[in-house]
Amino acid sequence: MRGTVPRIPSGCSITGILNRKAKRFSGADVIKSIRLMHDRSNGLGGGFAGYGIYPQYRDHYAFHLLYHKETSQHETEHFLEKSFFIDCSEPIPTRPHPRITDTPILWRYFLRVKPYVVEQFSARQNERRPTGRLADVGYEEKNFVVKQVMEINQKIDGAFVASSGKNMGVFKGVGFPEDIGEFYRVEEYEGYMWTSHGRFPTNTPGWWGGAHPFTILDWSVVHNGEISSYGINRRYLEAFGYHCTLQTDTEVIAYLFDLLHRRQGLSLETTCLALSAPFWKEIDRYPEPRREVVTAIRQVYGSAMLNGPFSLVVGFNGGMIGITDRIKLRPLVCGQKDEVVYLSSEESAIREICPAPDRIWTIRAGEPIIVKLDEGVQP
Amino acid sequence: MRSLVSPDFLVKIDHQQCRRCKRCVQGCGFGALSFLDRVAPDNSKCVACQRCVAFCPEGAITVVQNPLTFKGNDYWTAKDIKSIYKQAEAGGMLLTGMGNDRPYGSYFDHMVLDACQVTNPSIDPLREPMELRTYLGSKPNALEFEERDGGAVLTTRLGPQVVLETPIIFAAMSYGAISLQAHKALARAASLSGSLMNTGEGGLHKELYPYSDRIIVQVASGRFGVNQEYLDRGVAVEIKIGQGAKPGIGGHLPGEKVNQEVSQTRMIPEGTDALSPAPHHDIYSIEDLSQLIYSLKEATRYTKPVGVKIAAVHNVAAIASGIVRAGADFVYIDGFRGGTGAAPTMIRDNVGIPIEMAIASVDDRMRQEGIRNQATLIAAGGIRNSGDVAKAIALGADVVAIGTAALVAMGCHLCQKCNTGNCSWGIATQRPELTRRLETEEATERLVNLLRGWSLELKDFLGALGLNAIESLRGSRDRLRGVGLNQVELDVLGIKPAGR
Repeated sequence: MRGTVPRIPSGCSITGILNRKAKRFSGADVIKSIRLMHDRSNGLGGGFAGYGIYPQYRDHYAFHLLYHKETSQHETEHFLEKSFFIDCSEPIPTRPHPRITDTPILWRYFLRVKPYVVEQFSARQNERRPTGRLADVGYEEKNFVVKQVMEINQKIDGAFVASSGKNMGVFKGVGFPEDIGEFYRVEEYEGYMWTSHGRFPTNTPGWWGGAHPFTILDWSVVHNGEISSYGINRRYLEAFGYHCTLQTDTEVIAYLFDLLHRRQGLSLETTCLALSAPFWKEIDRYPEPRREVVTAIRQVYGSAMLNGPFSLVVGFNGGMIGITDRIKLRPLVCGQKDEVVYLSSEESAIREICPAPDRIWTIRAGEPIIVKLDEGVQP
Repeated sequence: MRSLVSPDFLVKIDHQQCRRCKRCVQGCGFGALSFLDRVAPDNSKCVACQRCVAFCPEGAITVVQNPLTFKGNDYWTAKDIKSIYKQAEAGGMLLTGMGNDRPYGSYFDHMVLDACQVTNPSIDPLREPMELRTYLGSKPNALEFEERDGGAVLTTRLGPQVVLETPIIFAAMSYGAISLQAHKALARAASLSGSLMNTGEGGLHKELYPYSDRIIVQVASGRFGVNQEYLDRGVAVEIKIGQGAKPGIGGHLPGEKVNQEVSQTRMIPEGTDALSPAPHHDIYSIEDLSQLIYSLKEATRYTKPVGVKIAAVHNVAAIASGIVRAGADFVYIDGFRGGTGAAPTMIRDNVGIPIEMAIASVDDRMRQEGIRNQATLIAAGGIRNSGDVAKAIALGADVVAIGTAALVAMGCHLCQKCNTGNCSWGIATQRPELTRRLETEEATERLVNLLRGWSLELKDFLGALGLNAIESLRGSRDRLRGVGLNQVELDVLGIKPAGR
């Protein structure tokens, strides 16, 4: 069995903000919101995901890299050059911060995949593409990018991909989240969606790759809780070419969304059903054909089900999802004001930046909140 | 020829206590007790089945190990010496019943489970739902849906699935090897518990027909009792290639056990030995097996899962993989501790591998090949308690089957004489004066209680692990640690040592 990499359990705070009309706003709000929940983290990890922050490179894969040594950077760049056109390569802007120390080399790249590389790659795949994905032109290209990310994380010593999606990026590290935000100058970016995480691990080497959000392509996950089913989730994902190398259970969630929704073509609703499935006693009472549908999901995706306490905010290009475990062992509150939707561990963290929301409510156990950009709105 | 075999046990009767009711004399299936002026034991016939001890109203009987037989010798054990005497006297193969009793140790006893503390809360099964439901049958790797107005509609067609309310089923034990009363109790208990029983290779007696939806019907090399109706009566079909107690060996039912009812059910003449051949005479390769799998699927119109049972042997992972690729919907693996109604002792004690290793290597192999979803993995062979069940599932089994434990629940005392047909407990015998003492009602209740008790314990394990569904434990080897195992053993099991 693979997987000698240890896993570190954690507890935490999370926040997500989405403007449904794709109006971009500064990262200052999300810092303010997560700052209020300071006591939910312990200074061993904080991070942000911003969507719509790179409009000038909207069609490029934006790779944020963490390097623990210079040789890792050389090796990674050499690796990237083989398959990508590197249209921009620059350090991620930071400012000196008294409480952020031991920083790795932080670098970002805006990449286009070399077309012949994808052709060669897809010719070697024998995976049957789900019918729902036939029209998806970027399908093989994305699979290829996933594979490159796995290879960097797995094979290049001291190099970790913090994010790899288009027109989005992740800023994370060891420290309290508000300090991490200041360090990365997150308030200088404008995005239509932000998620954030403050970490309270119970046992950890202070390491930057272990901070949230966890990502693959444009999926980002911030997670409060612990995935007790991590062992089987990881083994399930390994069969599909995902390798968990980041020492944290949350990693599997990003990969599961990628596998079930993007690769296997399940709708977001169905994906959520598989990951936080209803209890059998409820399923047995569903009318047909829903009973048949959900029964089949549990039969087939049992190894993908997330078990254990969690509340999640999952971001992707064009929307975000809030979901908890099926007996709701972690909090999640949703708020809405005009076209802005908020998700957070605490109501106070929403009211901190939106004092008079139109609606605010706690999410029911296992029932996802899926918010997308309004129809026709382009990020 | 004078026998040199000294008795294994001594029966001690307290004649002060004894009221000479002779109940023990009637009770002994082995004829070890007779009544002259008082109860007189024939120690050489005693097998320590404890029937007389359990039913003596005065508590006047004790059975003890014969304290002195041979001069102490760590290499030539009493068992070795006696076996040689027996063979020198009779010139035959040593026969026995039940599973391998040799001191090979157990990997279950060298693994421990995890539990939650603080960071992920443990879940209280008394207050929160806990799910053990498991589906037996082949699953696709992915589902496809069509989104319609009323919601998503499934467009993938799943193969037949059998629902189990607990991941514990009864192992294959044939009518013939065990009594009709015992067979009926297994079927009724399976029906009441949402579990399954398995006919073994002895056919299906008509009295079990009401429980058809809880019965796996077995097709073994002797094809005893197999016809269209038999296949139609099962909820799943199992092709038996091998058995943990006797890998590579056919079935043995001595003619003494083939009475009229057994003969009708097996469709063989009364009083004849039912010896099923070692291999199936139509299966000499994996292609042949595939043909039989699909013949049975055709015969049952693809409405029932069709699986294959094999013994855990050295190359079990590759064999299981071939079986799944040959079309099996489930693979039943029987470890070397698995029981039997009759087997050559030497085969039972020296062939096969532990089920723990077999589960780990088969599950690994199926995952590597991307076919894990294609078949349900049933593990059996020496499952003694719910701890073994939980560990087997954490190693990668979907379902666990219990044979010996089920017999013990019905009263078996593991005297290992099933092959003689003299079972004093009325379980592994066809003698009417013995079988009628096993009350189906009570035996059913005992089996239902056992499944219930183990299922409750499984829920406790899950709750402690912070899980509320059995599928989150299945194959989650992260939740196991090894104690006192070397690195190679840990690697095969795919687990870390305790402390890591």
